[in-house]
Amino acid sequence: MTPDAANKTGYRAGAIGRLWSWINQRLPVDTFWRSQLSEYYAPKNFNVWYFFGSLALLALVMQLVTGIFLTMFYKVGAATSFDSVEFIMREVRFGWLIRYLHSAGASAFFIVVYLHMYRALLYGSYKAPRELLWLFGMIIYLALMAEAFLGYVLPWGNMSFWAATVIVNLFGTIPGVGPGLVEWIRGDYGIADATLNRFFSLHVAAVPLVLLLLVALHLVALHEVGSNNPDGVEIKDNKDAKGRPIDGIPFHPYYTVKDIVGVCVFLTLLAIVVFFVPTFGDLFLEKANFEPANPLSTPDPISPSWYFTPYYAILRAVPDQRIGALLMLIAVVSFFFLPWLDRSPVKSMRYRGWISRTFLGLFTISFLVLMYLGTQPAQEPYVTMARIFAVPYFAYFWLMPFYSRIDSVKPVPERVTFHG
Amino acid sequence: MAKFTALVLTLLAAPLVLSAAEPAAGEPEGSAPLRWESWHAGNDVADLGSLQRGARNFMNYCIGCHSLKYLRYQRMGDDLQIPTAELSADLVAPGSTNLDYIVTSMPAADAANWFGKTPPDLSLIARSRSPDYIYRFLKTFYSDPGRSTRSDNLAYPGTSMPAVLSDLEGVKAAVLRDVKNEKVFDHFQALSPGNLTPEQFDGFVRDTVNFLDYVGDPAQVERRTIGLWVVLFLLLLSAFALALKKEYWKDVH
Repeated sequence: MTPDAANKTGYRAGAIGRLWSWINQRLPVDTFWRSQLSEYYAPKNFNVWYFFGSLALLALVMQLVTGIFLTMFYKVGAATSFDSVEFIMREVRFGWLIRYLHSAGASAFFIVVYLHMYRALLYGSYKAPRELLWLFGMIIYLALMAEAFLGYVLPWGNMSFWAATVIVNLFGTIPGVGPGLVEWIRGDYGIADATLNRFFSLHVAAVPLVLLLLVALHLVALHEVGSNNPDGVEIKDNKDAKGRPIDGIPFHPYYTVKDIVGVCVFLTLLAIVVFFVPTFGDLFLEKANFEPANPLSTPDPISPSWYFTPYYAILRAVPDQRIGALLMLIAVVSFFFLPWLDRSPVKSMRYRGWISRTFLGLFTISFLVLMYLGTQPAQEPYVTMARIFAVPYFAYFWLMPFYSRIDSVKPVPERVTFHG
Repeated sequence: MAKFTALVLTLLAAPLVLSAAEPAAGEPEGSAPLRWESWHAGNDVADLGSLQRGARNFMNYCIGCHSLKYLRYQRMGDDLQIPTAELSADLVAPGSTNLDYIVTSMPAADAANWFGKTPPDLSLIARSRSPDYIYRFLKTFYSDPGRSTRSDNLAYPGTSMPAVLSDLEGVKAAVLRDVKNEKVFDHFQALSPGNLTPEQFDGFVRDTVNFLDYVGDPAQVERRTIGLWVVLFLLLLSAFALALKKEYWKDVH
């Protein structure tokens, strides 16, 4: 065996080495490590937007681990849930830390996922050949929304109760089956103990399993087609004599050491929130949720967590609840169609013209404004503003087949470029 | 002359008032409308002395009706550094032990009969409302002989709670003024003095609010102390991680 080959099969001397070979003859550990990490080539021009994929994975693991510990002490049930959360906060050693990590972690997860998705909009990462990668990502996003909503109900605070009431009632707007469906979901004539128990089951078992499967598919699809990059250049089109992409570098160690920097910065910011501002001024934990669920007292205003508020603003902008719910659904689902709505010959915003940039800019502003409007009471001027800002939101998606085709493009370079 | 004296006194008292963060209730007549909505509790949950006084206030004035059902006496004693002997002798309610939760002895059914509703548990009041809200609530009771409690409140109009601190604060009336044919609150007028001066009463309320703030999240002081070290450690780790990244990437062009 040449030294090089020995190195490649992970040859190690002595008893440990023999055990290692024994394992590798039965399980492709080394092969997997090489094909997925040490010889998996990623473009070398990733910028700061490319931290959020690995951070989303970290956030998922963090939610799973803190969730497991919370489940050890949480007692599901309309009579026990609220008390058991306070028990965790007060009498479980470092229970407050686990709980705040989980509650702030949910918001952190959404921040990271929104930035991760926005990166795809900036650099056309959803375009061929990454359509399936995008679709898996979008289904993850839907599953994450379901997971966050279900988890939000579990502390059984008053906002938990009323958020569940509002969201579950949305299913009642489906023609025909709506009312029966709502009752089936709740398992009772109102949000009650039965609802809480099934939401717990879905939150700790069903949806996490689905999330893990989808994340695995997302990663397999990513490693099959390879990462996009800020230039939208396919690095596999330029290979050296050994068949390695010239503009690529091995993911390990280059991007593992780089992602550790991202992880450290992320954890620092998260720690600042968890230890110093865990409620984040009513955004991560609402005041109303420190009162137990009370069907006789409605919080004013009822507002969902910040990560749902853009859609909530669209829902409330329409006087007819059924059309509002439909528009809200379209607002979410529109993302799925992006690979086929985008007719531009180039991927990255860097090489697109002013029309595409303007539409993306207006979309960005409208998403943020709608996010703010969704946290405000359903009254003027907020409702009218939501109607105005919903227009550029939908225009970004549904006018894309036209503007992306007529927009001017700049020539895309052969090789990746570096910008600071 | 009276006005001039009041002005001089106000000016002399200004540093005191400022250091106490908020002006006391019962400003002299003729001044601008009392802006009680913008009062802040200005409490400090790291101030042990204030928390200890707040705990004493709670056990003397609040526990007759209100519980802190998520907090045990012993935990309170440990956090507030109250010696166990003192805790048992002065603060633990008769019939309770140090390990019991802090619960009122008033039967809930009687309470509902007497007040129209059961007085709420106050474990989380500082979190579900805010320390500022409790501060404003405790300082804006005024005499209203028309109501069954003979008082009302600006922060929570129509409250079922009587002005239980009036022996300390004194009794005050709300003076209204006309704005577009509507009567709105202008300022308070003292009807009879209490056992405490306005400054002392302000301190009493602030200590009590401070204690309730602590009760809402008993780990908060410890949390901030640990947090400082965690953030410093993570910043240091970030610096090392960045140096490692730079070392690996120096040959990538």
